[in-house]
Amino acid sequence: MSEFSVLQQKAESFYPNYGRKAELQHQTHYCPGCGHGIISKLLARAIDELGIQDRTILVNPVGCSVFGYYYFDVGNIQSAHGRAPAVATAAKRARPHSVVVSYQGDGDLAAIGTAEILHAANRGEPITVIFVNNAIYGMTGGQLAPTTPVGAKSTTTPYGRSIFNEGYPLHVCETLASLEAPVYLERVAIGNIKGILQAGKAIRRGLENQVNGLGFSLIEVLSPCPTIWKTTPQDAQKRIREELSKIYPVGVFRDLTGDRGARPAALPAPTLNELPALLELDAAHTFETPDRRPTQAVDWRIKVAGFGGQGVLMLGEVLAEAGLAAGLDVSWLPSYGPEMRSGTSNCHVRLATHAIDSPLISRPNVLLALNEPSLRKFVHTVEPGGWVLYNADTLPPDCRRDDVNFVTDSFTKIADGIGDTRVGNIVMLGALMEAAHLVGDEQVDAALAHTVKSARWLEFDRKALVAGKLAARRIVQGVVQ
Amino acid sequence: MEGTHMATQIKPDRGMVEVNQEECKGCGLCVDVCTPKALQLSTGLNRYGYHPAEYAGHGCNGCGLCFYACPEPGAITVYKRTLAEPVAA
Ligand SMILES: Cc1ncc(C[n+]2csc(CCOP(=O)(O)OP(=O)(O)O)c2C)c(N)n1
Ligand code: SF4
Ligand code: SF4
Ligand code: SF4
Repeated sequence: MSEFSVLQQKAESFYPNYGRKAELQHQTHYCPGCGHGIISKLLARAIDELGIQDRTILVNPVGCSVFGYYYFDVGNIQSAHGRAPAVATAAKRARPHSVVVSYQGDGDLAAIGTAEILHAANRGEPITVIFVNNAIYGMTGGQLAPTTPVGAKSTTTPYGRSIFNEGYPLHVCETLASLEAPVYLERVAIGNIKGILQAGKAIRRGLENQVNGLGFSLIEVLSPCPTIWKTTPQDAQKRIREELSKIYPVGVFRDLTGDRGARPAALPAPTLNELPALLELDAAHTFETPDRRPTQAVDWRIKVAGFGGQGVLMLGEVLAEAGLAAGLDVSWLPSYGPEMRSGTSNCHVRLATHAIDSPLISRPNVLLALNEPSLRKFVHTVEPGGWVLYNADTLPPDCRRDDVNFVTDSFTKIADGIGDTRVGNIVMLGALMEAAHLVGDEQVDAALAHTVKSARWLEFDRKALVAGKLAARRIVQGVVQ
Repeated sequence: MEGTHMATQIKPDRGMVEVNQEECKGCGLCVDVCTPKALQLSTGLNRYGYHPAEYAGHGCNGCGLCFYACPEPGAITVYKRTLAEPVAA
């Protein structure tokens, strides 16, 4: 084989294999004959040719395009559906030297993401958008996209697209060409090898424009989706040639690359120290916060649950504020659900000495159950060795466990004694602090003072806190491991 | 085999192609784009259940088009001949 040399092989910008699954490490998730695969290859090739692999940031939103980060060995960001141009804007402004590519499907760009693409184009953001138009929602199984042809059946237009129900196919290049800012807009069609090669040139130009510091470039690619179109790869390409290219003519819709000079890069953001003056704050104001994290590692994962009106969310807020005052990393996640106005409500609070990965608490080590349904719902999720505070004198037998610590009392009744049922949540907070010492007393007090605006209520709450502490001292219920 | 092949062919092939059986999904797009018909879908199956493409063993002119037609990043590698004449056997 010494007489042969490589002419074409897998691009450097792709990983040698893909960690998506333990199996199939050499295969993309794309269906056989899918245009996404061809377009990804053209993009990777262009990145290789321009030598920009180490400064490319690829933004993939939702759709069959989503898994770019498994294939492309570049910087990757996965964005929410349709939001890739906004994320790309931020990435480009923060790192002007990067080459930022927003890779989007037509459901993504032309439906849920219409606002983002329009405004990114109108601002002339110096990013490169690859717009994969397969005239359907692929990933979710074939719902109508704004680009679906009139008359075409989809799962959401079983009688075919009607202009009166769903409007006309949206022409993205033509629409964006009505704006002043875009520098380069081209539509290509990968219905045969000629179109594929043309797409390769266009994608490369889109990247070059960015390398040269020009403005917004978008390449729309009419792309086959054999699976959802229910055709062979061959017939899918035929449909691109014979049907979609008629609705969406290929060509260059805007080319100002020769007329427009390089666009000034985004100004760097002001430093923290410059902000007080910009905001007309006291010049001595400082944003430097000393690291006050306790040295002993903690990770309190707290679930507070009760019915609406019991102060579940506020209790969570005070806990989070107290955690902040203690120098911990905190998160507070209310979980309203459909019962927001009545029924049960709960919130998730996490206080940790390390950065918090997820604010969702599914395995709490503290459960504050303000009523029985909440206890029943969550008691079995508590980690062994954790704390359960329950707002009643006795524990229902089926909720007993011998591997967690229970503190049960009618905190609401104690609150009644103080003068208002509504401070039952803070009585419970006092009991929790006494029992498990999550943070210091001063920090809880500071958090209360921060959260409770009325002096009268603050007074009640302080009393409630003390009463809760006393109650916890009295209670010897359940098991301490 | 090689002997008969060489006997009927005056000029050596300008190219050669390799298909990675692990990666090919048998879509056949490479087969369609190859004018000298140097590629075909195998009658056998790869371990994913696709009929993978395979090189006929001769006839490749090194045009590289199958590489671009193929949706899989590394399923196809195209080689071109570097020496004008085949190395003497
Ligand atoms: C906010 C949000 N809404 C809806 C979805 C469901 N969803 C996933 S992919 C998709 C459509 C993607 O279609 P398109 O952009 O055309 O990409 P394709 O899969 O065809 O490549 C939708 C609606 C989601 N993941 N997130
Ligand atoms: S569903 Fe369509 S767009 Fe998605 S991977 Fe399959 S062929 Fe490609
Ligand atoms: S390089 Fe050209 S001739 Fe060779 S197998 Fe591929 S398409 Fe056929
Ligand atoms: S185009 Fe690629 S995936 Fe399709 S049959 Fe040929 S080698 Fe296999």
